[in-house]
Amino acid sequence: MAKVKVPRKSTAIDMTAMCDVAFLLLTFFILSAKPKVQDPLHADIPASTTIAALPETDFSSLLVAQGKVVFSVEGADIRMETLKGMADQYKISFTPEEIKQFASLDGYGFPISFLKQYLAMPSSERAKYAPTGVPVDTTDNNELYWWVKNARKADKLVHSKELRIAIKGDSKEEYPTIAKIIKTLQKQKVNKFGLITSLRTVTK
Amino acid sequence: MAELDTSGGGKKDGGKIRTKKKNARVDLTAMVDLAFLLITFFILTTTLQKPKAMDLTMPDKDEKDDTRLPVPETRTMTVLLGSNNKVEWFMGMPSKPLTAPTVTGFGKTGIRESLMEKSKQVLAASGKPMIVIIKPSDKSTYADMVTMMDELNIVGNEQRAIVDISPVEVDLLKRDNVY
Repeated sequence: MAKVKVPRKSTAIDMTAMCDVAFLLLTFFILSAKPKVQDPLHADIPASTTIAALPETDFSSLLVAQGKVVFSVEGADIRMETLKGMADQYKISFTPEEIKQFASLDGYGFPISFLKQYLAMPSSERAKYAPTGVPVDTTDNNELYWWVKNARKADKLVHSKELRIAIKGDSKEEYPTIAKIIKTLQKQKVNKFGLITSLRTVTK
Repeated sequence: MAELDTSGGGKKDGGKIRTKKKNARVDLTAMVDLAFLLITFFILTTTLQKPKAMDLTMPDKDEKDDTRLPVPETRTMTVLLGSNNKVEWFMGMPSKPLTAPTVTGFGKTGIRESLMEKSKQVLAASGKPMIVIIKPSDKSTYADMVTMMDELNIVGNEQRAIVDISPVEVDLLKRDNVY
């Protein structure tokens, strides 16, 4: 019998195209990934079965942990407008440089009287200050009330949309703290807001 | 392709010096492996870390508004949130509840079971959905409130409200050691 000679083929495949595709996808995912913002306060958020995702714009969140509140709002333009509103409210004037600094802040968790000093610091210095919380109480004139009010005004002005407000609370947070914040929101007729939760699969 | 032009480098005028032709093909397998590993990592981290928002609508607090309707006690279930993730529920008024206040926990065998059962009974008796009033006490945590709202979402209850707790109900919680 004649021997059939099978030509030996090289097992090496050209990986170039595959490599190109892989890196293209990688680049896409890296760029589309939102850098995870380190929360100024550690909050262990409760789980729920809600699947509605958070809005990315026209959105303000109130981080609540250890009895303290950190106020934040999305969008540099809205932050700037909010600060202008706060400046009018509390009769503090901010320089354009300070307003620019504020626009890059992720959240603010101090009394308003500390803001000017806080903005003057370099960001490395800021990290040393643990948030003491935006003052909030049951009176009509607390600082959180005005932060939220001005942020809502700013959003109406800049994007002519209604600002969505969400509470991001720590699981172990005692209810009275949350109740105080809800009361503050209800005082300005914000009766509908979100509670930020992580996803939990239904146990049936 | 991944081959580079390696033929250059020799003398132009036909001299004898010749560089050795090397194959510049690089094995890209390891690189592709790494790239796909990173892709996997990024896909998983971007989709799983998205927080969700549960909508919460509070009853209007405006005192001038007189359009509030009284709630029939037979259709009302009150859930008191106590300490240590315990809840206490009863039907009707706190002063003369229609069913004895029961202490239970969250989850399938806890409040969800009672919610399901009672909402069925109420629907059968009156043809209208049950109204659930949640009253978080000062000893309850934020997670309790969220879990309770979530239980109502699971059961499919639409008529609910978060209301401030009254001293009578605090006493009730104290009596049953969940305050």
